[in-house]
Amino acid sequence: MIPTQFEYVAPATVQEALTALAEHGDEAKVIAGGQSLLPVLRMRLNAPEVVIDLGGIPELRGVRDDGDAIVIGAMTTHHTVLNDPLVAEHAALLARAGHELADAQIRHRGTIGGALAHADPAGDLGAPALALSAQFVITGSAGSRTVPADEFFVDLFETAIGEDELLTEIRVPKHTGWGAHYEKFVRVAHQWPIVAVAAAVRVAGGTIAEARVGLTNMGSTPLRARSVEEALVGQPATEDAVAQAAARAAEGTNPPSDLNGAADYRTHLAQVLTRRAVLAAAGA
Amino acid sequence: MTRIELTVDGARVSDDVEPRMLLVQYLREKLGKTGTVIGCDTSNCGACTVHLDGRSVKSCNVLAVQANGREVTTIEGLADTYEGGELHPVQEAFRECHGLQCGFCTPGMVMQAVDLLNENPSPTEAEVREGMEGNLCRCTGYHNIVKSVLHASSTTTTGGAR
Repeated sequence: MIPTQFEYVAPATVQEALTALAEHGDEAKVIAGGQSLLPVLRMRLNAPEVVIDLGGIPELRGVRDDGDAIVIGAMTTHHTVLNDPLVAEHAALLARAGHELADAQIRHRGTIGGALAHADPAGDLGAPALALSAQFVITGSAGSRTVPADEFFVDLFETAIGEDELLTEIRVPKHTGWGAHYEKFVRVAHQWPIVAVAAAVRVAGGTIAEARVGLTNMGSTPLRARSVEEALVGQPATEDAVAQAAARAAEGTNPPSDLNGAADYRTHLAQVLTRRAVLAAAGA
Repeated sequence: MTRIELTVDGARVSDDVEPRMLLVQYLREKLGKTGTVIGCDTSNCGACTVHLDGRSVKSCNVLAVQANGREVTTIEGLADTYEGGELHPVQEAFRECHGLQCGFCTPGMVMQAVDLLNENPSPTEAEVREGMEGNLCRCTGYHNIVKSVLHASSTTTTGGAR
């Protein structure tokens, strides 16, 4: 199928894009890499009158070092992110999850900002963004504001980005020396995760000093497994201690039931995958 | 209508297109390059894989207007990117190893295999299977496809097309 007709706008700068957004308001849809949006338009689940393409805005691409954080332009492709040396050194979890995301062709086109702004609770980058305490730089005509990951995901396909705003950058605090793992459960290759778990863990002298765990597809947004995090800190990085903490993975979640699995199955998966992810991240 | 100008298989082309036109439609319906096929139309199967500025993409999941100013290589132009034979080494390998049955997925398989080998000229079997995960074949069980890609990696040192 092909999308319904729309007008196409290709701004060359963020400013031009904001002007177009202000002009067209909620009749417009922003396209980044289009790997989530185009299937939606083709199935005619959405029919915007205007499509604003960010593909021609060079300032939105690339990864840079900014002291205690790395900054990833919203239009940086998954392929670039997962091969970037700064990401590998300071935010390895993003590379791990990026590698699991869709397939090679999609990763060449799809962008980190597009995927996060799409806010599919089964998307692979939300949970890592939470576990890395990422900051979302959202730009509007009045300037930029920064929203922490915990406040970015509002509901199913809904984020803190306003109608007249753009997600322009993702700031990831450096997690140098942290262990990271993304454990994803699927039935077939390049499927959306039935459940996935993102774990970032700092181990000091055999003890878990800090831990953050994000859950994919366990509710209407990606979620932090806070009870697990609290239970992990101060514990030895051993199978027993981690398994005990991981048993709390589904606390406070509201997993969906669908053809891939019932809610109680997802609850079970979350616990198992959390144990595996944390152990792998802790190098245990 | 929106004016686009791009390079397809080495030739400059320009057209007025509806913004909603998909790249694969543009290639097939406007340029007659029907070597690139539409399989699933849902961005799952990879049959429509082409190279956009040297990297593999699913052309059913790209708008023609998004290819404006860029370079597209399809299965029809692939052999021309390789100096040394009528077929690109990856095409040759698919023939040699019988990496197909009905052949419908083959254009996409070949284009993805070329991209994979450009990035990793000597992949392991596991890396081939993972690198080809965005391409579905309903006939072969993938065995000979994987064999073809491995064969191509052993017979060429240049990697393939950019």
